[in-house]
Amino acid sequence: MATSTATPREITRVQPTRRNTELGLMVLAFIIGGYAMFNTALASGEGIDNELWIALAVLAGVGLVGHLAVRFLAPYAEPIMLPTAYLLNFLGLVMIYRLDIAEAQRAQENASPEPTPAVLGQLTWTIVGILLVALVFLIVRDHRKLQRYTYISLFIGVVLLLLPLAPGIGETINGATLWIRIGSLTFQPAELAKIALTIFLAGYLVTKRESLKVVKNKFLGVPLPRGRDLGPLLAGWLLAMAIIAFESEIGTAVIFFGLFITLLYVATQRRGWVLLGLIFAATGAVFAYLAFSHVRVRFEIWLDPFADAEGTGFQVVQSLFGLANGGLLGTGWAQGYPQLVPFANSDFILASFGEELGLTGLIAILLLFGILVQRGLRTAVACRDVFGRLLATGLATVFGLQVFVVAAGVTKLIPMTGLTTPFMSAGGSALIANWIMIGILLRISDVTRRPDPVVTSPDDALTQVVRL
Amino acid sequence: MTRSIIRVSAVMAILLLAVIANITYIQVFKADEYRNASGNARAILQEYSRERGPILVGRQAVAKSVETSGDLKYQREYTSPEPYAPVTGFYSQVYGATGIERAENSVLSGTDDRLLFDRLQQLFAGRDPQGGAVTLGINASAQAAAFNGLGGRKGAVAAIAPKTGQLLALAQSPSFDPNNLASNNSKEVTRYYNSLIDDPNQPLLNRPLVSTNPPGSVFKVVTAAAALESGRFNPQSSVPCPAKYRLPGTSTDIGNAFSGDLGSISLTEALTVSCNTAFAWLANQLGDDAMRAQAEAFGFGTSFEVPMPSAAGRYPENPDAAQTAITGYGQGDVQTTALNMAQVAAAIANSGLTMAPYLVTEISGPDLKVLDTTTPESFQQAMSPDNARDLTAMMVSVVQSGTGSNGQIPGVRVAGKTGTAETTEGAANTTWFIAFAPADNPEVAVAVVLEEGGGGGNSSSGPIARSVMEAILGR
Repeated sequence: MATSTATPREITRVQPTRRNTELGLMVLAFIIGGYAMFNTALASGEGIDNELWIALAVLAGVGLVGHLAVRFLAPYAEPIMLPTAYLLNFLGLVMIYRLDIAEAQRAQENASPEPTPAVLGQLTWTIVGILLVALVFLIVRDHRKLQRYTYISLFIGVVLLLLPLAPGIGETINGATLWIRIGSLTFQPAELAKIALTIFLAGYLVTKRESLKVVKNKFLGVPLPRGRDLGPLLAGWLLAMAIIAFESEIGTAVIFFGLFITLLYVATQRRGWVLLGLIFAATGAVFAYLAFSHVRVRFEIWLDPFADAEGTGFQVVQSLFGLANGGLLGTGWAQGYPQLVPFANSDFILASFGEELGLTGLIAILLLFGILVQRGLRTAVACRDVFGRLLATGLATVFGLQVFVVAAGVTKLIPMTGLTTPFMSAGGSALIANWIMIGILLRISDVTRRPDPVVTSPDDALTQVVRL
Repeated sequence: MTRSIIRVSAVMAILLLAVIANITYIQVFKADEYRNASGNARAILQEYSRERGPILVGRQAVAKSVETSGDLKYQREYTSPEPYAPVTGFYSQVYGATGIERAENSVLSGTDDRLLFDRLQQLFAGRDPQGGAVTLGINASAQAAAFNGLGGRKGAVAAIAPKTGQLLALAQSPSFDPNNLASNNSKEVTRYYNSLIDDPNQPLLNRPLVSTNPPGSVFKVVTAAAALESGRFNPQSSVPCPAKYRLPGTSTDIGNAFSGDLGSISLTEALTVSCNTAFAWLANQLGDDAMRAQAEAFGFGTSFEVPMPSAAGRYPENPDAAQTAITGYGQGDVQTTALNMAQVAAAIANSGLTMAPYLVTEISGPDLKVLDTTTPESFQQAMSPDNARDLTAMMVSVVQSGTGSNGQIPGVRVAGKTGTAETTEGAANTTWFIAFAPADNPEVAVAVVLEEGGGGGNSSSGPIARSVMEAILGR
């Protein structure tokens, strides 16, 4: 059944690996990031010390390891995603470093002990993230094997989501129950749950999409699915509502539900699912607004953050002030006051960039994310098997939706929900989850573009898929 | 399936464009509103992180920014704090700014339009933004002479270059130390500010510009000017100078500072000996309208922006005949500032033309390249040049052979007038001295007021006026 949309003929051509393009882009990303780091060190008055050189050497090494992992383990992967993610990761590190300096200065003025620099942890997680990309390449030789783990992934995903609710290890930070604590390590399992659930949805929809395609009635000219097929949608909706209710986390719920609707639509090509999804989402939003005070507060802040600028609206108001201070060209690295915004190095890191790099810099960063999403979706289009297509679409959608929800939130386009910015925000779980997602996308791309000397007819491709 | 993925891609692109449109709206169109919003700490932090331009007197900075270690990168430093406080004002993160710091804030902070080119240069050179410099026309030695002359006595000095209106000295006592208000330690700033507010002598009051006092006999030059301008009197005209003068419509008699009846004397003589009864009689002869018109032509009734606003001098609105008579020698409801009386002297010195007073002579960029120079502006022709020459001669007589002997400078013809005004019963007299020199080619006009000077204008205020003039004339 996969053959209906696959294009097996194309791969008989020998594809260039484009590894040197990737290397060139990695060098470019390193130069941009390194320049930003020097700029920050000098502008903040911190100066260029040995630690900075070590950090740069580590980052160069990390980039090289990433590149070599692709070169030897996934040689036919497309060449844009790795350098883009690397650059975003690098710039995020520089901003976290810059905010560490501000924190240290503040501590010095208050004569309080200097806080542990967040950049050290983030750098460590960056190394782990890149190594995980290599590990993904080693374990997942072919992304189609992941389809075997469809229901295990569902189980893992749900467990990961529920883990923070477990007594003893669950941890509520800033109102959201999204963390688990083991010893001194805190972890956000929802980040890894995103991957597990995307694998599940892709695998599940491969088998169920034909029945979900069946339409019965029309509503406003849009064909609607059958009532008895609504089960999965309802389940996804309930899961999202449960996240909002029990973990007070709107952003994650929005991402999951958005991912769900998107994959339903791509798998079935039925706009009815989108319509139903939007109706479900709207109902859910109204219900959440009425039922949960934390949702109401978010909504009211969105309507008028200045109504309580010193209280509930403080974060968003400070974020807007920071963006305004940045203006068109920004204040320059270490020349603004991003540290005045709460969570400047995590949830509001885009506001920090908007202030110091200005509108131009922020648009550049958003375009990098745009490139990442577009390359992910392009990988999906090029992919020959339905599972791979759905998986790549899902992973790219998660990136896209997450960037939208956080960027639109800090700029008051939609209510602020508190999500991390992929690759940039300080936080290990999100960073390694994002790198794993890049690893899977690269693997799909590698498999897609890998020349297959044996393939001669569409039947082989069919056999291949069925064999799984 | 490819088509639906492309649709997903299109939706993603729309979301991206929506965010980009929104940040453009915030960072470009709403930016100014947010920057100036109350509660935006950035505005304050930024102003203090910028190197504020200096306030210069000659080539010396009387106020400049020095780097500090702290949240606020720079701190204001006043090199000669108390003598210049009424000019510079203060620049405080807690209490805002006063004086030139406030009036010329846009230049000093670098946001003024005239500094646009410098801002662009700094932007492209990647340098920290810097404010422009404000150069004052104050003469450093005259300012020092004025401040030292006051010597802690409650009073004010204003000195003007008669031909231009440029302020040469603007001093007061008691003064304050603006360094203590510019400190980054807000607790100390608050304590110092409260002590200044609680001080009954009001050191924060800008005395030369806004503190009004009855002028007493120095106002006789205004009466004399009105008399000459009326065309009915000349310096030789004889006026009565009896020992007592009965105020019209009352049974109250007024007298002179000296005893005896001088009978009929010349107008020059009346001014030289400062005869109250003669000037009361004159004011009565001229009427309050003529008196008011003359006062206003000298700048009474107008608030000048030097650039800080001065208090308008006051001549009473609807005085009866008796009140009009006593305004002739500066009593009754006449109130004026040191600046205003210096203007009167300057106008007489400047052939009768009153100039608009100003402190700032030049605006320059951070590189001290001059961007703007003040052009002197005339205010009003207060009297004809002929009459001004006559009045000058009368005032020279005051200094040479009359009550203003302390204004004498060897080798220089000085024109002047003393004043001693009674304020409240039992309180020490307010003493004045106004003068200009050299009489035939005036370079400086000065007014000195001591609010509780005691004694007479000649003995208490005269020496201060003389030392200020000597400083300007280089003697």
